[in-house]
Amino acid sequence: MSYLEYNVKSVPSGLSKVLYLNWPVVVLLTAIASVGFLMLYSVAGGSMLPWAEPQMKRFALGLFLMISVAMIPVWFLRNIAGAAYGISVLLLLGVEFFGSTGMGAQRWIDLGFMRLQPSELTKITLIMFLAAYYDWVDIKKISRPLWVLIPIVIIALPVFLTLRQPDLGTALLLVFGGGGLMFLAGVHWLYFAAVVGAAAGLVGAVFKSRGTEWQLLKDYQYRRIDTFIDPASDPLGAGYHITQSKIALGSGGWTGRGYMQGTQSRLNFLPEKHTDFIFTTLAEEFGFIGGISLLSLYVLVLVFCVVSALSNKDRFASLLTMGIGLTFFLFFAVNMSMVMGLAPVVGVPLPMVSYGGSAMIVLLLAFGLMQSAHVHRPR
Amino acid sequence: MRRSAKDTEESAAILSRRGLVLGGGMALVTGVLGLRMRHLQVDQADQFRLLAEENRINIRLLPPARGQIFDRNGLLLAGNEQNYRVTMVRDEVDDPEKVLRDLAQLIPMTQEDMERAREELRKRSRLVPVTIADRLSWEDLSQVAVNAPALPGITPEVGLSRIYPRGADFAHIVGYVGPVSDYDLSRIEDKDPLLQIPKFQIGKTGSENKMEHELRGKAGTKRVEVNAIGRVMRELGRDESQKGANVQLTIDATLQNFVQARLAGESAAAVVIDVETGDLVSIGSAPAFDPNLFVRGISVKDYGGLTNNKYRPLANKAVQGTYPPGSTFKMVTALAALEAEEIRPDETIRCVGYTEVANRRFHCWKRGGHGRMNLRNSLKQSCDVYYYDLAQRVGIEKISAMARRLGLGERHDVPMSAVASGLMPTKAWKRENRDNDWVIGDSLNASIGQGFVLTSPLQLAVMTARLATNRAVSPRLVKSVDGVETPSGAGEPLGLSDEMMAHVQGGMFAVANENGGTAYGTRIADKSMRMAGKTGTSQVRNITKAERARGVFRNADLPWERRDHALYVGFAPADAPKYAIAVVVEHGGGGSTAAAPIARDIMLAAQTGGMPPLSAYPSAQRGRVSSALKKLQVWGLDEPKAPDSQA
Repeated sequence: MSYLEYNVKSVPSGLSKVLYLNWPVVVLLTAIASVGFLMLYSVAGGSMLPWAEPQMKRFALGLFLMISVAMIPVWFLRNIAGAAYGISVLLLLGVEFFGSTGMGAQRWIDLGFMRLQPSELTKITLIMFLAAYYDWVDIKKISRPLWVLIPIVIIALPVFLTLRQPDLGTALLLVFGGGGLMFLAGVHWLYFAAVVGAAAGLVGAVFKSRGTEWQLLKDYQYRRIDTFIDPASDPLGAGYHITQSKIALGSGGWTGRGYMQGTQSRLNFLPEKHTDFIFTTLAEEFGFIGGISLLSLYVLVLVFCVVSALSNKDRFASLLTMGIGLTFFLFFAVNMSMVMGLAPVVGVPLPMVSYGGSAMIVLLLAFGLMQSAHVHRPR
Repeated sequence: MRRSAKDTEESAAILSRRGLVLGGGMALVTGVLGLRMRHLQVDQADQFRLLAEENRINIRLLPPARGQIFDRNGLLLAGNEQNYRVTMVRDEVDDPEKVLRDLAQLIPMTQEDMERAREELRKRSRLVPVTIADRLSWEDLSQVAVNAPALPGITPEVGLSRIYPRGADFAHIVGYVGPVSDYDLSRIEDKDPLLQIPKFQIGKTGSENKMEHELRGKAGTKRVEVNAIGRVMRELGRDESQKGANVQLTIDATLQNFVQARLAGESAAAVVIDVETGDLVSIGSAPAFDPNLFVRGISVKDYGGLTNNKYRPLANKAVQGTYPPGSTFKMVTALAALEAEEIRPDETIRCVGYTEVANRRFHCWKRGGHGRMNLRNSLKQSCDVYYYDLAQRVGIEKISAMARRLGLGERHDVPMSAVASGLMPTKAWKRENRDNDWVIGDSLNASIGQGFVLTSPLQLAVMTARLATNRAVSPRLVKSVDGVETPSGAGEPLGLSDEMMAHVQGGMFAVANENGGTAYGTRIADKSMRMAGKTGTSQVRNITKAERARGVFRNADLPWERRDHALYVGFAPADAPKYAIAVVVEHGGGGSTAAAPIARDIMLAAQTGGMPPLSAYPSAQRGRVSSALKKLQVWGLDEPKAPDSQA
């Protein structure tokens, strides 16, 4: 069913839309963000600065943006999906030419009042555009090679640009997010089997090419893979992140060392303790109970997304909601796997918790889209 | 675009199905994450907690304060002063060159200092603090502290470092400390972890070195929490270090100062010993050097100046220099003959200026001869022929045995560097070391303290103390350690008859007080402080027949290195001995002209406890003595020129 097929009058209008928001998701996101504030306060050694306070301000802004976006009719969002995708790809190109370099990677454009990370934005616009594409394309043609090739190009373009920055984490997220959406839309499973096979081949090629002139990844990316496979091989060098992170997690035990008592993070053994590795601080200070609680909050958000998506009769809205849920899942799953030593260290923040401007705002914008889909669902 | 209801339903069904599959996949991954978390945090918690503690806790050594060294009256000889320094941790600096340059604008740093700092930064670990500048003033340190934000990695610190307020006076006795070197570490079997501290200072020479064990103290420890780069965040607990023991020496700093001043300008040594207790009240060796230079790290130029000096300022001539004792040895030969009853004190021997033995002529210093000599006169006029005769009667073994009884040829146990044992030759020694049989001529040479005989000024002083008391006085340099008195060196009676000893002492009295005695010119007029002594002039070269035919060169005509050593031994007061002295002036010429005047001044200073009183000198000499004494560079007795002496 498309929006043209249901009675627009049954959809809430005006400010009353606020009442129809998916409030549990808003509450859950606020709870998760609050965990983030607590941890940022702790890793700063019991101080609102330099992280907790700016993070709170950003969350407030993000929340406002989310609700604002939720007011926009979902069909309008569908109509601008292509433009949004186009703009974010242009922004990615902009980074390529005008971006400032931070932490060795060229990832953001300085807008003056904030630093915009177009790769973050792309995570949503890609989902939006793909959802719109699959809403538009005829279900019968969906698995025909040409109609499969189009979304692949749509995905490949931003992936290529983020890899150039280089930002392996975002590239992976884009591939999995876009691929996930194609899977949801109903593209024949043989394609996926083929991709998995090809990926296996590619991994082989990546390793084979190492040290040769045409090596596929940067040296530091190889090192990250090496240390992922055997962190003990270089405990003070490249394996330092993973080793120290595991020590922090492990020393937390059942109940943790107590708030602000985490020695690993307070003493700077943990790298990036306020950004990508913030989960280790939580796990060290609040233990297994704290870690599993945060994981539960994430899962609850997912559950509400999936329920909202499956109960939405509008195909675009449904795909969009699932896609956003999937992106959210990819964020926390990749980040947690990384800090727990299950995945190589790729720069993926813990959603809503890690310190970082555009990541949080973009995530809240995404949930704004999801809320819009929820509010304007056919009744 | 309108779609059929069938298509719409189908697509919704696919979406639901696929959505559930994907949801299931996400649930699976989440489950794996939860299990992994459980594995790390619950199953392996103990192991990781241990690793976290190891990460976090670091044990640091607390260096103890080194024991202080005092003189017999409690004057500070070696102390600790607050040392302000600046350290840098390489790891905390992006551009150490720039920081060094900035630092050099705040505090005085020479090119050499900068070079040394760079070298240290290269050599040491990037995580440990390296001393960049040392011995700063409080003002300089404050400058650095105020500008700390602009100087990353730089920390102003306060430590203790050694100071020798009496400067050169005690350079040879107390010695100096310096940072542990790799050579030290390889040489000494000492497991003390303190030695591993960079720049930890240990005694290098003198008592600082020999009493290292007492002075060093025990290291304390503190457990500190460190962060990932090793910076200390807070202290978790500490065991205080134990200060090293304070050591009190038997030296009288005032007399020592006088001795050093009196010896200045010569290459000489003087030892003053308390004959009742064996206390070494002064051990002079000239020239000396400022030990503080070594603590601070001596410059190549200064060190070169010390090593290239022909007067050898670094050598402690009083204990490590060995010289032929010359005529000061004659008391030994006399006692050996008296005890063997080979001669009676009143028996005379005729001196014609030489003795002929085994076709060789042994000359007396007086070419025309002394005529008939008894024991007293032989000492008084230092007749050589008399002793040549005694030597032939008693033989080297008995002379050598007597010398040992009097403390020669023995390494005395005093905590100073390179204490020499000298040499008292015997027939067996010569066979072993010279691969030759002992000949009678060797005995003759030995009898007047020439030939193979070698003694240090310390040994001569001990000998004189034993002659003065007829007891086996042994030297003592350490009066007390941490307030615990060390045993006195008074010693047991020598076992020589008092009568025999009185004859020798009488001869020594005649030397210094009777007209015609070799030291009569340097007599003491004050009867209560009169000295008994013996001069000595020892050759450092052989006089060839040809030379003798031409007439023996006067010392003044020879290059310094070939002139005779001048010696003097004595004790005072002559009738109730309190102090004994030995003076050696290297290549000083005659004992009576070069050594005896020094000995007289020192003995007067020792007996009065201050500057020698002019009234003690013969009236004819007072004018000359007065102007000479005024020229001495002596510290005011009440106000040592020490920078600051702490109690």
